[in-house]
Amino acid sequence: MGMDSDIKLIDENGLRLDGRKFDELREIKIEAGVLQRADGSAYLTWGENKVMAAVYGPRELHPRHAQNPSKAVVQARYNMAAFSVSDRKRPGPDRRSVEISKLISEALEEIVFVEQFPRAAVDVFIEVLEASAGTRCAALTAASVALADAGIPMSDMIASCAAGKIDGHVVLDLGQKEDNFGEADVPLAIVPRTDKVTLLQMDGDLTTEEFDKAMELAVGACKEIYEIQRDALKRRYSTSLEGYEDFEEDE
Amino acid sequence: MNKEKKRELLLPGDIIEEEDCRPGRGTYKKERNIYASKLGVKTFRSGYVNIAAQRGRYDPNRGDKVIGTVTDLNPSIWMVDINAAFSAILHVNDVPWRVEFGDTISYIDVGDAILVKISNVDELKKVQIRMDEEGLRKLNSGQIIEIAPSQVPRVIGRKGSMITMLKNYTGCRIFVGQNGRIWIDGDLEGQYIAVKAVQMIEEKAQAVGLTDAVKEFLKNETGKDFDQEE
Amino acid sequence: MKEIISKITKEYLYRLIKDGKRIDSRDMYEHRELKIQSNWIGAAEGSARVKLGDTDVVVGIKMDVGEPFPDTPDKGVVITSAELIPMASPNYESGPPREDATELARVVDRGIREGNVVDATKLCIEEGEKVWLIFIDMHILDFDGNLFDACGIGAMSALMNTMVPAEKFDLGEDYPLPIDHVVVPTTFSKIRDQILLDARLEEERISDTRLTVSTNENGNIVAMQKGLSGVFSYDEIRECIKKSKEIGEELRGRLANTSEEKI
Repeated sequence: MGMDSDIKLIDENGLRLDGRKFDELREIKIEAGVLQRADGSAYLTWGENKVMAAVYGPRELHPRHAQNPSKAVVQARYNMAAFSVSDRKRPGPDRRSVEISKLISEALEEIVFVEQFPRAAVDVFIEVLEASAGTRCAALTAASVALADAGIPMSDMIASCAAGKIDGHVVLDLGQKEDNFGEADVPLAIVPRTDKVTLLQMDGDLTTEEFDKAMELAVGACKEIYEIQRDALKRRYSTSLEGYEDFEEDE
Repeated sequence: MNKEKKRELLLPGDIIEEEDCRPGRGTYKKERNIYASKLGVKTFRSGYVNIAAQRGRYDPNRGDKVIGTVTDLNPSIWMVDINAAFSAILHVNDVPWRVEFGDTISYIDVGDAILVKISNVDELKKVQIRMDEEGLRKLNSGQIIEIAPSQVPRVIGRKGSMITMLKNYTGCRIFVGQNGRIWIDGDLEGQYIAVKAVQMIEEKAQAVGLTDAVKEFLKNETGKDFDQEE
Repeated sequence: MKEIISKITKEYLYRLIKDGKRIDSRDMYEHRELKIQSNWIGAAEGSARVKLGDTDVVVGIKMDVGEPFPDTPDKGVVITSAELIPMASPNYESGPPREDATELARVVDRGIREGNVVDATKLCIEEGEKVWLIFIDMHILDFDGNLFDACGIGAMSALMNTMVPAEKFDLGEDYPLPIDHVVVPTTFSKIRDQILLDARLEEERISDTRLTVSTNENGNIVAMQKGLSGVFSYDEIRECIKKSKEIGEELRGRLANTSEEKI
């Protein structure tokens, strides 16, 4: 946040650098079940962001001493490909990706019925193949679809989106330059059905009124994103249900 | 209830609008409502509403017959992969032979495939299996292929129609484990065709006309025609 | 959980191959369906996504300016790395690259380096001081066998659409990376006495040995790698080389125009 710059992020017509209105999302597309080896997967594009998420499990957690005898451990690994950003990123975890992995794991643990799988691991691998601001929200949104795709028992799905402040205005879903030169960023994730917050971070400078406005924008967008998530799963599996009643075990 | 509604794909967190039903597999109850906890379609059995999961690993059920592969052994047990979250345990007392302590390897070795029954699943999801009932055995020839556990009913077909057809045309012995593993044994050509047919059943998106399409495939590949006899 | 393949299934696969058949009905020297989408990653200087059957890889190229090695003061530097990320297979684990990843990266690297795909002297900016560094990063998304060919083809395709980011370093306008040769690998697996091209996972797992042959457009061999503990006869090696040239020709044709393809 807050690199000093003369760059103007909102023009005289109230439009942003990429022509979006203040409450407009970048284009989001999701495909479910795209990988063969993983138990579940999702590929998501969000503006220029490209994110692949894969789920393995529930499976035996190694090493054994890390097992929890009363519930499964949800382990998300957020990783950025070396070529995903403008300056090559050195492979392997850094402090930022370790923190994001932790927050994503915790957010997902909230919706997974972890108590059904004592001693197990639910592994969520998220690869950011191209990054252009908002990757943690993209990652969590894709991970949630991949979990459902893996048939993991869960109470709900999670959708995630950020809002922020640029040129003194609260706007939705910051793009790369807005992220670099804006005044605040608020990544948020919710359970859309229950309106509960599962991830929240903030950096920058906001009044409480501005924060309320940012949260309202992000929540509204999460509900839109939830529909995109649902559509991805339905598109992928609805056709395989045709004629399903032929095999059904009715009484 | 109409078929359209019945076929609807539910997602985790979707409310299941049914009255007088108890929450079964793949569902959960919160306050007064029942919700889906897995991606799937709802089915009914004995007063329970269930979600037939479309995806996911095999969820072991007591009494299921499954095909396992031995991954490890010690003097008194075998560890068996059954395509579930955890390996299942086969104890020397639950096999059809009297096995001396430490002699497990002479009977079943790592890499062997076995046809077993789930005898118990405890609260910690520890799975025990047995091999000492009729029909359960070590599989000494043929091959194992794997499909999604959710596709098992398709391969079996209504009242076993699909599987019977596969056996007739290919001349193979076939057993479909509830865990999505299928054992196929017969001559090389028969096995090859049977595998192709199973892949076809799994890949064909629509079940409508599936039986006919598979039959046509089997006729072409084997040059046989059982329609006259039926 | 490690994936395991039962003894009886292995035996069936052997018998099938001995009978001249493959599990997916391919001919012994037939590739799986190959899809290449070049320029897939906008943030990279060059990139390609390659699907070879269900094997799915992404190769990205990043360039930087740095110092040359003291013994080659007028040559640019190519650094190739592969990550067998745990997304791609239940058998891969997080952490530093394992032997397999290192071998993969080095085999791809040798084809590109020894094949003079990029003339290293053209990457010199100021002798002894400043040269271009080319980072080739290979990311495996889905592993269904034969990473050597998928990654080698991906790296070649990515280099072919790389734009040198000169402007970013005040070195004039961006320009396409000059490509001198088009090198493609072809990998053969030997299962008992049968040799086949482009093994998928099940085939790879029962392979006794493996041979990768990288050729250029002149039909010359530029890099080879024999892997695993089994053995080849002299004639088998000659046969693989012969096939490699034929298949290489076909693959070079594919690489010539990939920008329209979508995965």
